[in-house]
Amino acid sequence: MRTLLIVFAKEVLDNFRDRRTLASAILMGPLFGPLLFAFVINLSIERSLADVEKTLDVPVIGAERAPNLIRFLESNNMRIVDAPETREDAMTAVQVGTHDIVIVIPEEFGEQLSGGMPARIEVISDQANTTADRESRRVRGALYSYSQQLAAIRLTARGVNPLVLRPLNIDDVDVSTPSGRSGILLGMMSFLFIFALLMGGMYLAIDSTAGERERGSLEPLLALPVTRDQLILGKILAACVFMALSLALSIASFSVAIRFMPLEQLGMTPNFGPDVVVKAFLLLAPFILLGAAVMTLVASFTKSYKEAQTWLSVVLLAPTLPILIVSLLTLRPRFEFMFVPSLSQHMLLVDMVKNEPLDPTHVAISVTSTLIAGALLTWLCARLYRREGLLG
Amino acid sequence: MIKVDGIHKSFGEVKAVRGVSFDAPDGKITGLLGPNGAGKSTTLRVLYTVLKPDDGSASIDGHDVVASSLEARRRTGALPHGSGLYPHLTARENIAYFAKLCGLGGAEIDEKVDNIIELLEIREFADRRTKGFSQGQRTKVSLARSLVHDPQNVILDEPSNGLDVMAIRSLRELILKLKDAGRCVLFSSHVMQEVAALCDDIVIIAHGQVALDDSADGIRERTGCDDLEDAFVEAISMVEQD
Repeated sequence: MRTLLIVFAKEVLDNFRDRRTLASAILMGPLFGPLLFAFVINLSIERSLADVEKTLDVPVIGAERAPNLIRFLESNNMRIVDAPETREDAMTAVQVGTHDIVIVIPEEFGEQLSGGMPARIEVISDQANTTADRESRRVRGALYSYSQQLAAIRLTARGVNPLVLRPLNIDDVDVSTPSGRSGILLGMMSFLFIFALLMGGMYLAIDSTAGERERGSLEPLLALPVTRDQLILGKILAACVFMALSLALSIASFSVAIRFMPLEQLGMTPNFGPDVVVKAFLLLAPFILLGAAVMTLVASFTKSYKEAQTWLSVVLLAPTLPILIVSLLTLRPRFEFMFVPSLSQHMLLVDMVKNEPLDPTHVAISVTSTLIAGALLTWLCARLYRREGLLG
Repeated sequence: MIKVDGIHKSFGEVKAVRGVSFDAPDGKITGLLGPNGAGKSTTLRVLYTVLKPDDGSASIDGHDVVASSLEARRRTGALPHGSGLYPHLTARENIAYFAKLCGLGGAEIDEKVDNIIELLEIREFADRRTKGFSQGQRTKVSLARSLVHDPQNVILDEPSNGLDVMAIRSLRELILKLKDAGRCVLFSSHVMQEVAALCDDIVIIAHGQVALDDSADGIRERTGCDDLEDAFVEAISMVEQD
């Protein structure tokens, strides 16, 4: 135990003096994470708010033929702008992307309308262009309600209740809470925390095998009257401390940063108070041992510092995989998911931020299974530290 | 007191050491001499217990290097070939780290670290971080680190590598001081003159086997060569390469 603490203390001191370790533990995760998150959030807010609030410019060919329709569109927050001369020009313009959408009102429009015939209107858009999708949907929606309105007026004029045209009255009832909607975006938050956690201990993990070997300090160390178990455990423990530090900083900085993100505009009220900061740290804490052990293990197989860095950057991404799959399939937390490290932490975290109650059994399974996995891998690290091949 | 009894060590197909035996007594300097790749480092690595012999045995002060390796290490100060330091720690911190790991504690650490810093003339750069140290400074600190706990047995693998004349001279003085203090000193080298100038006993190794084990004079006599370098070449040719 004494040896373990000596090694631990030395590793902590050594790494606090190493700018590279400090930068990755204290700057990378805690700063990079919230920044990336803020960027994505702002982008998505910009995109989803733009269509409702911003006046949409709609080019119309033959606007003079349908003054009432134009007035209706203008009252729906659209501005009629100059359109290309002909229908052909309009099609080219949409094709090359000068316009997202063009409305064509044919010459016979007024005649057809007053004659009670279905009056033809063309909406030119590129269906393959997904960015124009919102615009064209808005325009089509407006045209459709204008059509509905006309129909109602005609029926009323003939003494028929316009409601006969609505045999069904469909109401959408959305049960997602405002915070629930934010859950999707917050899904990437758990990965950012895990990423920060792993980054914090990466250089220490490399150092305990590949780093010491490359520097030539491994052999003198192993020739000392101490057991190798104590050496490796001391080193893993030091990596854990840096990982914990990095995790704590990133959660704390995230909780501050989230206040400056205009999430309310999306109807989100994420729950990220001081109590959540503490709980999030405790939920993710079992992952620290696992992360430190996995990284040390992977690094111990490498021949050099460079090679270790390459492999560990793969390890950095590994925890995303289960999170990604589950987010794509939009699966809800389930008993068996709690056995999967990174996934269980992710699900619990998202639930907590969504202000939903946590199942104590789920928490217990997540914590125990992650800790057991971490302990097993730590044991494996210690075994591997005993082999002769360690010297390279 | 180091005893080596018929050790073998292979790495895959390569037989690095094939039955090396010799004794290195207390109060004597024993030199392990041989060309590059002769098996010197492998033999020494078995002695400071980072490698296990495939066959044969070795002991430090009677403690087997495999069965009671911890005890064997406790009585040994080893300077492996190409030893590196922790660049973010000062020379003093590097030495103190090893002192603590060797079981020293409290005021004893400061005292021993100060002593060895004095002995190896490190004081001038003792409190600087070791990043950017010259090869000579690094070797001195590495040496101090392995000797800080006053080990009875000292194993040095090519300690003079990369050192300038002045540094080699002070290394030689240190080795003689250790001998006078009754320590068992075993070091390896591929430079005949260096070994001849210092050693009471010379073990010449070639192709993983002991070619000759004698004093400098004994070696001259047995090879029939007056010049030590010729004697070295002659001795190596005695061992057949298979």
